[in-house]
Amino acid sequence: MKYKSQKVAYWFFALSMLLLILQIVYGFIMGFARIGFDNLHDFIPFNTARAVHTNLLVVWLLSGFMGAAYYIIPEEAQKELVSVKLAYVQLISLALVGVVAIIGFHFNIWEGRKFLEIPRPLDYLVVVNVLLFLGLILTTLFTGKRRTTTALVLSMGLLFAALLYLPGMLPFDSQVTDSFFRWWVVHLWVEGVWELIMGGILSFLLIKLTGVDREVIEKWLYVIVGLTFLSGVLGTGHHYYYIGVNKIWIIVGGIFSALEPLAFLAMALFAVNMYRKGEKKHPNKLALYWTLGAAIVSFVGAGLLGFAHTLPQTNLYTHGTLVTAMHGHLAFWGAYAMIVLAIISYSLPNMTGRKLYESSRGRAAFWLSNIGMIGMTVAFGVAGVAQVYLERKFGMDFMTVQKEISIHFVVLIICATMFATGIVLYIVDFYKHGTPTDEALEIKE
Amino acid sequence: MLSKKQARAFFLGGTLVTFLVFILLTVYSLSASNDQTNHENLTDSVVRGKEIWESNNCMGCHTLLGEGAYYAPELTKVVDRLNLKYDGNGEEVIKSILMSEGPWQPNGRKMVAYGMTEQEATDVVAFFKWIGQIDLNGFDRIVSPLAKDKINN
Repeated sequence: MKYKSQKVAYWFFALSMLLLILQIVYGFIMGFARIGFDNLHDFIPFNTARAVHTNLLVVWLLSGFMGAAYYIIPEEAQKELVSVKLAYVQLISLALVGVVAIIGFHFNIWEGRKFLEIPRPLDYLVVVNVLLFLGLILTTLFTGKRRTTTALVLSMGLLFAALLYLPGMLPFDSQVTDSFFRWWVVHLWVEGVWELIMGGILSFLLIKLTGVDREVIEKWLYVIVGLTFLSGVLGTGHHYYYIGVNKIWIIVGGIFSALEPLAFLAMALFAVNMYRKGEKKHPNKLALYWTLGAAIVSFVGAGLLGFAHTLPQTNLYTHGTLVTAMHGHLAFWGAYAMIVLAIISYSLPNMTGRKLYESSRGRAAFWLSNIGMIGMTVAFGVAGVAQVYLERKFGMDFMTVQKEISIHFVVLIICATMFATGIVLYIVDFYKHGTPTDEALEIKE
Repeated sequence: MLSKKQARAFFLGGTLVTFLVFILLTVYSLSASNDQTNHENLTDSVVRGKEIWESNNCMGCHTLLGEGAYYAPELTKVVDRLNLKYDGNGEEVIKSILMSEGPWQPNGRKMVAYGMTEQEATDVVAFFKWIGQIDLNGFDRIVSPLAKDKINN
């Protein structure tokens, strides 16, 4: 750690860990409901559990991205953060908005639009919160000693993410146009600007962990984020095939979303090549595991499994089935969860001064969570494909099919238990590092 | 070999062009002559139905236009489907589920008891009927040509 103000990142990461655990708890509630153990229905019906599960995902990832920015930007700009106090205000307000929204979901207070369930008044608070965050990050960056490509790409991703939240707040009477612009937020976040954030964090980590020249890494970063937008923006069309808009999207969405895996492939090749080229042997192997893991698993989860159902001819069968859940789980895990866990694994020893790189607990956390998540993805995939066959090909009734495939959710729960064990171990490791200290400033990274 | 400057130009140029094309396509697909969103048939009742749909987060279990949570049935053509199943009484069945004071639990999977008023339930049905009329480019609950033949015969 080079700057005192970087310590603020720790508390954003701690919030992330807390929300991640809660997210997993609600995931289990849904898994059990699917195999018939819906005992919590009166207090936490499925739609509440689902809204909490997905919104917690968004909030813990955002908190992780924000923590990453508070850690990376001072180091890249070579300047202390402009105001640490305001960063804490921002953290507390983010946590408050998240908690109020989650409690509201339990009392039927929400907007009921998939992934954007937070009620409108809280949306305005989110905007204020994100503006404060961006103000702090951008002022630090533009008054700093240098503006690196890594910092610019990361900040650009965060700025665009904030701007793209706005189309989701437009009111529409038609379900179709409502959904159309909802995807401007959801798709252009996760298959667009969030990839800039991921690319920025990945680039920072590769520079630190491999020792490869910054110029080389940043050049390829531009190529990757270029590919992301080139395919991802028009790839939004894959959400528009069958929701009641013009057929033009079947052609445009079909072609460009088929190209989307390229950006993830480039990211995976880039990370692995930089690791091979690197002469520096950084002792923090765990951070390296998570970094390379993020690049590779995101290619499989977001790239390959996305491609598996993105062509319009295939999507006609899989649209609105559990096949989407299969892709969603591994994609979010690989691309975003793992990159947040990577930056935490890298920065935590630097902020606390405790170098627990060699712990077998850390390695167990990595393997258990990854193998567990791959198992969950397979379970969702088998359930999804069976659902497609029985419903869309044999014309069986929805609920009858759900009974037929419930066995796959038993498998899902077993794999989720493995996954959750890995996450608990990761959090134990997080806790064992202790809190950040100024003494860590003197320790060489 | 590609320079960093060229890489940056590729990123900025590509982004700008694709965003512009994306906005143009949005305007094109929603323009009056290409619009197929069934906008012209929106009524006050349908709009109220949509608000009820959203304020109860129905999409947190069901799917509509293929979007939702895959826990409870797809409702895009629910009125037609239940008309077939209940001899033309689809609308009444839907209303009775929405107005029920006790949880509806087909096959043991529970739905929240919303206890809606007659008016609210009518609005939700109007919303479903409006959704059912949208041209979805061929998307249906059963899409396989073989399965369709089997059902028709």
